[in-house]
Amino acid sequence: MTLSLSIRDVSHHYGDRLVLDSVNLDVPQRSITAIIGPSGVGKTTLLRLIGGFEAPDKGRIEVEGEVVAENSRLIIPPQSRGVTIVPQDGALFSHLTVGGNVAFGLKNRRSTAARARVTEVLEIVGLAQYEKHRPSQLSGGMQQRVALARALAPHPRVVLLDEPFAALDAGLREQVRDETVRALRATNATAIWVTHDQEEALSTADQVAVMLGGRMQQIANPATLYQYPISQHVAEFVGDVFVIAGTSVGAGNHVQCALGDAVPIANACPAGPVNIVVRPEQLTIVPEGAVGSVPVQIVGSKFFGHDGVIEGTLSTGERVVIRLQADQLPQVGSRVGVTTRGMLLAYTD
Amino acid sequence: MSSRTRAPFALVAPALVASVLSLVPVWYLFQTAFTSGFAAVVDELFQSRTLQLVLRSLLLMVTVTSASVVIGVFAAWVVARSPLRPRLLLIIAFSLSLAIPSYLAAFAWVSWIPGISGFLGAFIVLTFVCYPFVMLPVIASMDISDPMSEKVALSLGRTPFGVFRTVTLGQSRPAITGGALLVALYVLSDFGAVAAMRYEVFTWVIYGAYRAGFNPSRAAILSTVLLMAALVLTLIEARVRSTRDTFRLGSGVRRATNIQFGIPARIATITGAVLLVALGAGVPIWRAIYWTGFDSSNQVQWDVVISSIATSFGIGIVTSVVTALVALPIALLSARYRGRASQILEGSTYVAHALPGIVIAISIVYLGIRTLRPLYQEMPLLILAQVLIFLPLAVASMRSAIAMSTQSLEHVARSLGAGSMMTLLRVTIPLALPGIMAAGALSMLSSVKELPATLLLRPTGTETLATQIWKFSSVSDYASVGPFALAMILLAVVPVAVLTATTRHGVAR
Repeated sequence: MTLSLSIRDVSHHYGDRLVLDSVNLDVPQRSITAIIGPSGVGKTTLLRLIGGFEAPDKGRIEVEGEVVAENSRLIIPPQSRGVTIVPQDGALFSHLTVGGNVAFGLKNRRSTAARARVTEVLEIVGLAQYEKHRPSQLSGGMQQRVALARALAPHPRVVLLDEPFAALDAGLREQVRDETVRALRATNATAIWVTHDQEEALSTADQVAVMLGGRMQQIANPATLYQYPISQHVAEFVGDVFVIAGTSVGAGNHVQCALGDAVPIANACPAGPVNIVVRPEQLTIVPEGAVGSVPVQIVGSKFFGHDGVIEGTLSTGERVVIRLQADQLPQVGSRVGVTTRGMLLAYTD
Repeated sequence: MSSRTRAPFALVAPALVASVLSLVPVWYLFQTAFTSGFAAVVDELFQSRTLQLVLRSLLLMVTVTSASVVIGVFAAWVVARSPLRPRLLLIIAFSLSLAIPSYLAAFAWVSWIPGISGFLGAFIVLTFVCYPFVMLPVIASMDISDPMSEKVALSLGRTPFGVFRTVTLGQSRPAITGGALLVALYVLSDFGAVAAMRYEVFTWVIYGAYRAGFNPSRAAILSTVLLMAALVLTLIEARVRSTRDTFRLGSGVRRATNIQFGIPARIATITGAVLLVALGAGVPIWRAIYWTGFDSSNQVQWDVVISSIATSFGIGIVTSVVTALVALPIALLSARYRGRASQILEGSTYVAHALPGIVIAISIVYLGIRTLRPLYQEMPLLILAQVLIFLPLAVASMRSAIAMSTQSLEHVARSLGAGSMMTLLRVTIPLALPGIMAAGALSMLSSVKELPATLLLRPTGTETLATQIWKFSSVSDYASVGPFALAMILLAVVPVAVLTATTRHGVAR
């Protein structure tokens, strides 16, 4: 596996504030890596460092094995890194046509080869017929695709996408996202994709890196990340969860709690009190009093169309959330039985 | 956030040279002021006539500033809050007087009411020239402030006037302060109005001391005092402006306060607005037409008029091109690179901004007499003086044009392989081109209107529109002024009005 990008122990300050704290990240060639985390956590700063617009205070950044920045020294300037960016707002050059934008990073822009490349990349993003248009004549989603085409055209070593769809509305967003992924795959590009939308990250990336508080918490493929989050914080950030109290029992792979006396857990935990993290789809509703079930009082219900979520209280008074098909939602105020599916997660703090 | 990368040397070098050169005249000014020794300076300063001069300047500054604040806030309120429409027309009408050279306005008033000469005349003319300095920022601040807060105040039982006083004015206070400081600075540095009204404040006395000739150091000493006062005002203004920038709120829904407006209030507003335009821009325009049309006892010499226009424009074009070339590297540096160099540059721009035209003119005169003797009273020195006068404004408007495009565009260009100079040439400058052109056009129009430097430094025998108006008006030969005044209004005022309208329009959207 060849690495397109390697980040080693990178730390960075703004004034007194430590924005990045010993961050490590490896990005294999031809892969899509999503970096997720709440806003203000240092994701965009990391992109600025990779792009070369600043040098990291500490640590080393390598692009395809070549050291581009190390310990506050900018060794390779942005224009020579082969790292292109797709900013949040697209940032198209309004004084150039769509074709002019895409050709911007190519050598010998007037050559036949360059023109062919522009057409080729515009075809990949589905905008070949707009080459002569001005950016202002395009919709937001189209502008974003031009920005992507511009970044892909010079065969970059890495493409950076900084919340590229944040400005688009929900319906368009999904469509443009799918097209972007298709274009990235079609060009065998290596991409790093910053987002605060964990659903976007899970559904598109080969590996997902979770950043919290300036630290890289976990880097894994989407399924692993979802099933085996390394900490309660990561679990809470990736997907919906609720937390109840319990005790780790046996060899440390079962817990005792209000949902059952020996519920299996995915991650071994030392014996003693633990926080148990449950995903709403891990609970199933059965008739009250069924074997192996625990009673739940339904106190709330939300209907989303394709599915729904009900909220209930356990005998201990703890809150549970259950995701169900929309036609199975029980009445608020009724009592049901609940069983668990699969393995839960447990963490000592 | 601006990038921490280093500024390219190809940009730093010309910018540093330009800003250092712009301070050279000041050095000559100080040298001349201190030629007869420190005691002579003290002697000159502590005379009763100097004290009188200071008091008169202060009086004019305080009265004009106060009146400009009142009128400027009223005009801003008419544009931003009153039901009078259309908005764009109101802005243009209210800004017209800003575009009329102060000496032209002053001569118009004196020729109409001769008894007005002196303090009263200077006060009236300068107030009408200056109130847009308050009006424009206050309109901007009223536009961005949330009209909802005014509705809330109404619902809490305040009267409409109470709302205006407490909420609207309160939210506009930083803008008013900034505008007032600009007015004060303008009053200190204005030459045309006080000269035409023969009201003895610093600029007019400096000119007199220089013309009298027997005492060059007095002109230099008074210029130094004026420079210091202007510098203090400029530093305060810069401070106020930096706090004002952080005052901006997010983009909320603006406009649309439906304050109930009775017939009497409506009539009062319309009367006030009409009176303002009539007195501010109407009087000079009417007098110019009147001089030309009804008062011409002698034949208009059109060839002289046309050659003056040509001279004015020739000087204007050269000045604006040179100004744009010198301003561009400074503007690029200060808009895009934070660092020691750009801080020094910004500081020197502020100092240059504080230099009144007459002070720059006088110091260039000394530079010419002492060092560049062959160039004295030749075109290059006049151009140099005008470039120095207009440089700060050109830098400011270019800088805001450059700062308007987001820096992510430049990051994209860098990531696509363009070096820092290449990025400037292929992205930053083309995007800012309209702003750069506008700055150039503004310098050219200012050059056509400029009076003190042209009077002091023009080659012998050269007459521009401005000097012709000055020459005939100061001997009350208004019949001869007419065509020049009319030409000045058509050539300088109309484009400035259009420019104001289009830039304001851009901001409003």
